[in-house]
Order: sequence, then C-alpha cells, then structure tokens
Amino acid sequence: MNTGETIEKIRAEFSPAILGTVTRNERRVTVTIKPEAIPDMAGYLYNKAGFRFIIASALHTRRGFEIYYHFSKDDIGLILNIHVVLDSEKPAIESLSNMFSASNWIEREMHELFGIDFINHPNQEKLISEGNWAEGVYPYRKEFK
Amino acid sequence: MSRKTLIPIGPYHPLQEEPELFKLYCDGEIVKDIKWETGYNHRGIEKLSESKTYEQVFFLVERICGICSTSHPFAFANAVEEIAGIEITDRAKYIRSVIGELERIHSHLLWVGLAGHFLGYNTVFMWAWKYREPVLDLFEMITGNRNSYAMFKVGGVRRDIANSIIPQIRKTLSDIKKKTDLLTGAVMDDPVLHSRTKGVGVLTRQDIEDYAAVGPTARASGVAIDVRKDDPYAAYPLVNWKVITSEAGDVFAKAQVRLLEMYESVSIIEQCLDALEKLREGEISVKVNEIPEGMGTGRAEAPRGEVFHFVVSDGSNSPARHKIRAPSYVNIATFKKSCIGQTIADATISLAAVDPCYCCTERMASAYDINSGERIMNASELIALSLKKSAEIKRNLRSLP
Repeated sequence: MNTGETIEKIRAEFSPAILGTVTRNERRVTVTIKPEAIPDMAGYLYNKAGFRFIIASALHTRRGFEIYYHFSKDDIGLILNIHVVLDSEKPAIESLSNMFSASNWIEREMHELFGIDFINHPNQEKLISEGNWAEGVYPYRKEFK
Repeated sequence: MSRKTLIPIGPYHPLQEEPELFKLYCDGEIVKDIKWETGYNHRGIEKLSESKTYEQVFFLVERICGICSTSHPFAFANAVEEIAGIEITDRAKYIRSVIGELERIHSHLLWVGLAGHFLGYNTVFMWAWKYREPVLDLFEMITGNRNSYAMFKVGGVRRDIANSIIPQIRKTLSDIKKKTDLLTGAVMDDPVLHSRTKGVGVLTRQDIEDYAAVGPTARASGVAIDVRKDDPYAAYPLVNWKVITSEAGDVFAKAQVRLLEMYESVSIIEQCLDALEKLREGEISVKVNEIPEGMGTGRAEAPRGEVFHFVVSDGSNSPARHKIRAPSYVNIATFKKSCIGQTIADATISLAAVDPCYCCTERMASAYDINSGERIMNASELIALSLKKSAEIKRNLRSLP
C-alpha cells in the first residue's frame, strides 16, 4: 500500500476525529486529530496498519501544548506525524504506554519537562531529574528562564 | 523466603559519556527485575539548541555522542534541508555517506572489542581496537579530526575529499577488510564465545515491536529495518548494498549482524569513492539563503540504529523546537526483556549487546544486600564473575574426550 492509500484509509476510518491533513511529500504526512482520539488512532496504526512508534515531541506554543506523535511505516519510508493540541491550563492526554512500551519513557519525560499529564500511565515517575528538581517547575515551558 | 539482592550498575565513570544507573534486583544468581535511572548528566541540548543558529546547532548535536558523532548532524541536516527544500550536490551526498560508513566501521570495531573484553577475550579487545586505529587516522586525514569531524552543514559538507587521497583510503579499507576477516573468524568459530552468547539476552520480534527497538538490535531479531534502505538519504540509494539480519535475537546474533555490516560499509565506501573520482572536485555545497517557517523530520541510521530529529522553524535563524531521539533511548529499554531471568554473570553481556554507548557496562559499581546494606561485590568482582564463567566453559571444553 502506498502513502496515498494508507492516508486515505486512515481518513476513512477516523474522519470525525481528523481536523486536518498536510501531505508534504510521499514520505512525510502530518494529521491533526482531536486529543481524545489518540488511543484509537495509535492502536490502529500500531496493531493494524503496521506502523512503528518512533517518539513523541511536545511543544509549548501560543496555542497551548502540542504533541507530535511520530510513527514510521518502514516498508514505504513514511513518517506520519499525529498532531494534537492540548489545553494550555491543564494539559492532559491518554497514555499510550499500555499499548506499547516504547512510549513509556517519553511520556514520563514530557510529563517532567512540560507538565503534561498522561492519564492511566502505569508509572508516571520522573525519568531524568529524580530527586534534584523542584516540583511544579517545568524547564521546557516557554515561561521558564 | 529467598534473599533478594540489589545490584546497582552505575552511575558514573569519568572517562565515558552517558552516566546512568541500572539496578538489578536478584534472587541468588538470577536477575528478577531491572530498573533504570538516568539524567545524571542531562545537558538540556534540546533547549540549548533553541538559542543557537542553524550553523551552530551542528557543532552542538555533534557532541551528543562521542562515538557516533556524525549521525546527529546527519539527521539534523536531513531535517533542516527538508524544511528548506534543499537538494544537495551528488558529491556532497557521497562524502556524507563515506563519513557515515567510516563511523559505522569504527563504532562496530569498538563494540566487538569491548564485548570480547567482558567475556574474557582480551586478545579480541586488543585486536579490534588496534584495527580501529587506522579508521581514526583516515578521519584525521579527511576531516582534520579523529572525532567530532565538523563535516556537515546545511546544504552540503564543509570539506572535500580530494581525489588525490582516494587511493590511500582504498588501501586502508582493504586492510580493514582483511582484519575484519580475522576478527569474524575468531568470533564466529570460537566454541566458548558460542556458549557465552548463544541463547543469552534474547529479544523476540514481539519485544522489538513493543519497545520500538532499532538498528542492529532489531535486525538481530529478524526485523529488517534500516533507515538507509527504508527512507533513503545521501548516497545510499545510489550504491548497492544489503541490509544484514539474523533471526536468533541473542547476543551472538547481534555480534554477527555488526561484523557482517562492516563488510557492507566497506563496500558502500568503495562505491562512493568510485563515484567521487568521476565527479568534479569542489562541488560540495549549495547556497542556502534562509530557513523558512515549517517543520521537518530527519533521520539517519547511526551505528546503533535510527537517529531521529524533529525541527520546527519559525522563520528565524534558530530552531523554535528541536526534538532529538537517539537510538539508545529505545534500545536501552529492552533490558527489561533481555536481562530478566538471566544470571548476573550474563547480565553484563546482555546489557552490552545493544551497544548502549558502552559506558554503562564499564560503570559496574557494586552489589549490596537489599536488607542489611552489606556490600557483596564490587565492579571488578562482577566482571571477574563473567570472566570466571568463560574460564569454566573453556576448562570443560578441554576436558571433553
């Protein structure tokens, strides 16, 4: 299945949750979805569509907190970025760690650096700064100096 | 009630990068659980990158890893060139691949040497590191540096490989090939190494998918992923080579994959040199005006697996956000699968098998009783335990009729 067909299938499956799609080229596509759709979307990509979770990147922007979940479909060299925008006051989203272990550490890291809460994470302890960083101070937020 | 013992491995060794702490929870000889702590040397590189210009970030990301110091600039260049829509010259593509593959050779040789050392084969260690030396000399000749080569920039490379030095590179490569034959023979045919590494630290295909492991760690479990093939960049689609895989998923399979990959790397470099000789010297970079607003994802296959860089540009001359994922970040997590249920003597090599920038294994600290706090073993005793196991196997083999 090529990139066009793969994306078309995802659009058909999740059309109510999809807010936008940007296809840069055959190997780079970004799909913006509603945050509550992330477990279904990730489950579909990982279990059915043959995607591998690369990593997730959090950003603190004017719109609030954004997360790009990067997935790779290695047989066609496609990187699919699943983009969500979270509330700027109390950012929270469902954890994917119960689906695949690969997201366990990065969710802990995003929790620690950005203060994003991952609901139902099996072990949302600090990953990097255990014991040497103040509670409630998030160094990767824009206001941090 | 059996006695549970906590064995901390780490966190510091001043000579190596990546301080981290492994806590092995053991019941007698058997590892029952493993916990990992990191962040001892968190340098905030992602945040720091936001305060540097695109040109400066290359020097910053080059210093993420001392051993695979070109793979991060490689991935970063791919990401930024994607944002700006830059197509680099053919000569720059070949030069980038030559540097990337030379790095793979020296990194794999380093791993083979250290793996030998931990199994009590110091001859392998001496050989591998001795044969690694000419590769570093090549780097010095090509780039001026034995490490942190400063070769990459947006739109190409900083220095050309003069056609006049190509014969010398070829000569060193053919020497390396002969030495790799020697090493491969020593590792593949040795019965003690077989019994120390076969069936040890096994990762199944399911484990690889669950932890999203990459590089030789994944390929040794039969998962044929390699960014150079899957999402081709630089000169990799222009030369002939194959992805090396193995099915067993144990330490032996990982060693096998790395050793055989060195031959592929030599072949890639030779083909790149053929192409360089036909191209005009000097055409190594294109002019870059400015990096427009947008985002780019770049990846490169480092010796340890896929390096991933995500760069967001706001149109200024430094990244608005720069996310970096090194291959060890996903590979290290597989320790939970490969070490639990093994003996402590095998934990050393199982931890080492994913090539976690190696320092982790060197930093063997000491073993304490979890209840009394009494010290049971120190670092050298733990390594001695691994050496003793090899020696025992050797003795048993000799006594066979």
